Amino acid sequence: MTDAAPEKIPVTVLTGYLGAGKTTLLNRILSEPHGRKYAVIVNEFGEIGIDNELVVGADEEVFEMNNGCICCTVRGDLIRIIEGLMKRKGKFDAIIVETTGLADPAPVAQTFFVDEDVRASARLDAVVTIADAKWLAARLRDAPEAKNQIAFADVIVLNKTDLVSAAELREVEARIRAINPYATLHRAQNCDVAIADVLERRAFDLDRILDIEPEFLTVDDHDHHDHDHHGHHHRDHGLKHYHDEDMQSIAARLEGDVDPDKFMPWINRLTQEQGPNILRCKGIVAFKNDPKRFVFQGVHMMLDGEPQREWKAGEKRESKVVFIGRDLDEDEIREGFLACAA
Amino acid sequence: MAEPTSSLTQHVRPLPAGAHVVAAAFLDGEPALALADGAVLLGEAGAQKRIGAHPKGAILIARADGKRLVTGGDDGRVVSVGADGSLQEVADEKGRWIDALAMRAGAVAWAAGRRASARDEAGAVKSFEAPTTVRGLCFLPKGYRLALAHYNGVSLWFPNAGAAPSLLEWKGSHLDATASPDGRFLVSAMQENALHGWRLSDARNMRMTGYPGKTRSLSWSHDGHWLATSGADACVVWPFKDKDGPMGKAPRECGVRPSRVTQVAFHPRALVVAIGYADGLALLCRLGDGAEILVRAPGEGAISALGWDASGARLAFGLETGAAGLLTLPG
Repeated sequence: MTDAAPEKIPVTVLTGYLGAGKTTLLNRILSEPHGRKYAVIVNEFGEIGIDNELVVGADEEVFEMNNGCICCTVRGDLIRIIEGLMKRKGKFDAIIVETTGLADPAPVAQTFFVDEDVRASARLDAVVTIADAKWLAARLRDAPEAKNQIAFADVIVLNKTDLVSAAELREVEARIRAINPYATLHRAQNCDVAIADVLERRAFDLDRILDIEPEFLTVDDHDHHDHDHHGHHHRDHGLKHYHDEDMQSIAARLEGDVDPDKFMPWINRLTQEQGPNILRCKGIVAFKNDPKRFVFQGVHMMLDGEPQREWKAGEKRESKVVFIGRDLDEDEIREGFLACAA
Repeated sequence: MAEPTSSLTQHVRPLPAGAHVVAAAFLDGEPALALADGAVLLGEAGAQKRIGAHPKGAILIARADGKRLVTGGDDGRVVSVGADGSLQEVADEKGRWIDALAMRAGAVAWAAGRRASARDEAGAVKSFEAPTTVRGLCFLPKGYRLALAHYNGVSLWFPNAGAAPSLLEWKGSHLDATASPDGRFLVSAMQENALHGWRLSDARNMRMTGYPGKTRSLSWSHDGHWLATSGADACVVWPFKDKDGPMGKAPRECGVRPSRVTQVAFHPRALVVAIGYADGLALLCRLGDGAEILVRAPGEGAISALGWDASGARLAFGLETGAAGLLTLPG
């Protein structure tokens, strides 16, 4: 979040369709000797095998806000629980929210945009989606929730890869990439992903939006220190290209400067009018006469933006925006963005 | 905008608390602090008794009636603490958080998730399942009746009647509920930085908006004519004397400062309100002329609790960071 101060408690959201392995991953995180204490907000009490006094049962109550925005929903129970947990400040280092298999991640994320008290004490770190390598392709066809969870993710753990062939694995990865090419994808068996790859990602920090290239085109950044998980970090170059019928990611690029007086009304109107269909958006923009990069991100109709670092000498001033959503009109969005040129 | 010039700070003695102060009250005239580390601290500095009300949990909410302090914990327990430090377990909801609580004349009500329960003086417990999590609870002044704040409204429940509660409907998430001392009005604090009110005689709606933040502290004046509220850079005080309550009227603003008001507590006998701020400052403000007297200079985090004794001679306050103090008014 924009005003992320170092003392804010990071919150990781674990999503994933029924049976994908959320609880397995949660139990792994809690049992590993990492020296950190996690408060865990779960929906099904009793499935956590670890004795942890800070396991809190949630009711997954999704509330509409009375602010004239139809898709502005928040998790009322999360606001209440975070308020209560903050009385125990110092007793834990981070919060993990496990959602039910059928949950839409948006209300959880929007809670961190909307609620002032939550925002003051906690920051959304990342949405981590666990997917079942064997069944995901089928769920993407018949369960809109599963598709939402993939589209929304910052990190995707593709679990149970031992249950599929190499060809099936490439197929399901291509399906994922067709929906969300920006998330970091980790292959796993029995959720054996490095903890550092799912926690403390700072995926919602505007400061960390350095680049928004599709993840499988970038070079591995080697920012993790774990040595026993090589082989799980994959950026395949030989991907098949799929097109998902209703969920797309749209990226647009504009060389040179953008006129803020054109861009701001455009992005506001776009997210107001198409907010229900836009799951996530992100962008880095070069405003005319502004030495600093403007960065923004959003969830449905919520937008959060601020000037970031200065453009470096020799760095090409270009603007990029990315939208992931349902039934988006690619040409209209691209043309609208290009019309914001200064 | 000037800070108050007159000061009572020399009449304040610290109360070492050491943990987030959830509530400040007086039991038989002695200060009592409910702490987020699960303890209740009884007595003044030097003679403090630490009572482990929730040894394995945190106190999330507490209410007092001058004789006993009742606490709700994240261990799922409701515990009643006497002035002598005696403990009585009122309820055990098996680990479900207790973060809504009300008490009156020996009766206690609490909520765990959607279920609200009430225990009368004789110890009989009745429960009701609300449509969503019950966030706020209060007893109505007349009869054995409770208001339950939840999503999309407030339910009015007679625990001893078999009938379904009546619903005061208003869209949105209601976090707290409070009834005017004469029982004519019910006010809820909402997620959307607003208060909502109902005149109970005809369920007429009142909207009290304009807050920059949520109102989480509400206090009625002793005569029931005024409702002091937190959530703005001043204590906003609504007039409830007339038959229409605050409808069509502007509220008073007391203690305007460049810091958010976090706690308010009306004096039990005079039209003076104690106000605590997010920056740690506390002051007293006289409603009539707005005169202010400093109780605590800013620092060490937000004021999280304020409570007067029954006579209004002493005020206990506490902070999120574990600082606390006791003001004894001179003369």
